[in-house]
Amino acid sequence: MSEERTPGFNTLAIHAGARPDASTGARVTPIYQTTSYVFDDADHAAALFNLETFGNIYSRIMNPTQAVLEERMAALEGGTAALAVASGHAAQAIVFHTLMEPGGEFVAARQLYGGSINQFGEASRSSDWHVQWADTTDAESFRAAVSPKTRAIFVESIANPGGIVTDIAAISAVAKEAGVPLIVDNTLATPYLMQPKEYGADIIVHSLTKFLGGHGNSVGGVIVDCGTFDWMASGRYPTLSEPCASYHGMTLGETFGNFAFAIACRVLGLRDLGPAIAPMNAFLILNGIETLPLRMQRHCDNARQVAEWLSDHDKVAWVNYAGLPGNSFHGTAMLYCPKGAGAVFTFGLKDGYEAGIALVGKVELFSHLANIGDTRSLIIHPASTTHRQLGDEARERAGAGADVVRLSVGLEDVDDIIADLDQALEAI
Amino acid sequence: MNHDTYPDAYIRDILLKHAVFAVVGASAKTTRPSYYVMKYLAAKGYDVIPVSPGLGGRTVADRVVVPSLAEIGRPVDVVDIFRNSDAAFAVTEEAIRIGAKVIWMQIGVRNDAAARLAEEAGLKVVMNRCPKIEYGRLSGEIGWTGVNSRTLSSRRPLLGPKGGQQRTLRDET
Ligand SMILES: Cc1ncc(COP(=O)(O)O)c(C=O)c1O
Repeated sequence: MSEERTPGFNTLAIHAGARPDASTGARVTPIYQTTSYVFDDADHAAALFNLETFGNIYSRIMNPTQAVLEERMAALEGGTAALAVASGHAAQAIVFHTLMEPGGEFVAARQLYGGSINQFGEASRSSDWHVQWADTTDAESFRAAVSPKTRAIFVESIANPGGIVTDIAAISAVAKEAGVPLIVDNTLATPYLMQPKEYGADIIVHSLTKFLGGHGNSVGGVIVDCGTFDWMASGRYPTLSEPCASYHGMTLGETFGNFAFAIACRVLGLRDLGPAIAPMNAFLILNGIETLPLRMQRHCDNARQVAEWLSDHDKVAWVNYAGLPGNSFHGTAMLYCPKGAGAVFTFGLKDGYEAGIALVGKVELFSHLANIGDTRSLIIHPASTTHRQLGDEARERAGAGADVVRLSVGLEDVDDIIADLDQALEAI
Repeated sequence: MNHDTYPDAYIRDILLKHAVFAVVGASAKTTRPSYYVMKYLAAKGYDVIPVSPGLGGRTVADRVVVPSLAEIGRPVDVVDIFRNSDAAFAVTEEAIRIGAKVIWMQIGVRNDAAARLAEEAGLKVVMNRCPKIEYGRLSGEIGWTGVNSRTLSSRRPLLGPKGGQQRTLRDET
């Protein structure tokens, strides 16, 4: 391939990071099912442990199948480097472990996946970092929540399950003013629909479990370093800007420049916390990513038709899909993700909580389960499941009130998807 | 030559055709980037010569430091500059005098006047780049650490002579 051409998204989804295997010529990335790697000699071993050279040591920290997934994701998001880990939540935990010091704060959107609200509110308390909540539809609320202790801002590009498309550029402006990185969870959009780096994201996280893997078979997560944040400019990120005792006094931010954050997440966060992705999962997710552009477009096209159909149904009180004209986020969606507003959305049943529970019991093609982004169409009643642990007010704010049903529209024939909803709504 | 971006082929050609690197501004500290670059290039088989007026005669990265480019006393191919952008001009003048073929300025170092001077004298110039990163990128080794190499290829990479965990800049042809 000639040097001046920048490969397109479809090409990157298939090729980025994956050359034929150097020893066997295997064209598909092999599953390197091994814990460890022999050193070439003692000098090579020392050079690897000192981070003087590139290479593999031990699969808690790196693995060649995982590495292809990482480079693929960095390429698809336009980042400098990436780190793949055991789950989306592990990715988030490592990001904050790397950024935060005891007593520090970060500002996060209230409209997040329920598990992230739990993670930020509960789990980070024992580390003595503190989340300040803001409203993802209002950049000013982020500005108001920023304090001298703020170390990061966190939003979802398309919020789960609220169907909100975030104005990332507006919130990025707040982050830049505050001198902190903007972290965007791009799980629901995937880089096919939107690349948050273009709008000022500094760090992107994904649950690979969803549309990227896309087949409902593997849990995984990734952190993408956009290479845009200057870690050395202030003393706020000592993990990156101060000499690191366990690497003989190396300053990671200086040595690794515009991919230092991804390296710090690996050589400190993943090394110490340990949530490595299994090589088999990395392989299955890579395989999924090869068809991401085709799948994601079909997911969105199906979702739009299902949303339109539901809007006209008399048992349905409202449909919240940013892909529908008239939706309050339609304008933002047209700007940020004109190819489609994703395939996860919510609708409300006129008969509320009980009707929601009844509906999930009547569907036949839809699977009633707590996931999104599968080839199969999925349905859930968040108030009684994923968002159950939250209080009423937090549930409402997260877009998961009592009457809300969430769909993740799959790749089946759209007529069959609609027919299933039709018979189930008929039966309740 | 446009010095904002370089074609991969230009960088690959420089790294494939030259064997002797003089590293100006080499630090004695093993935590400094110059140390990592020298260790990596040496492991790839390059002849690496640390250059620093204050450290002459000392050993850095297993190599004896020479006080100045003029005192190296054997042909130098690439002069790799770990100094600030202003200081790079005088280093470039000296590099031209000793017959170096390439001026290479590290990440953060750029001096367009020095680049013009070197190019007029027939030298090649690379600015604001790191040879370790470029070697890692073009060989594919850097991808083992999840770094975006910004290269695509369906050709099998060739392993280095020293073992399974070393790649070269050459592909199977
Ligand atoms: C938007 C979003 N972020 C993060 C996660 C967490 O990912 P994982 O389940 O892979 O830990 C999820 C999972 O549902 C999600 O929907």
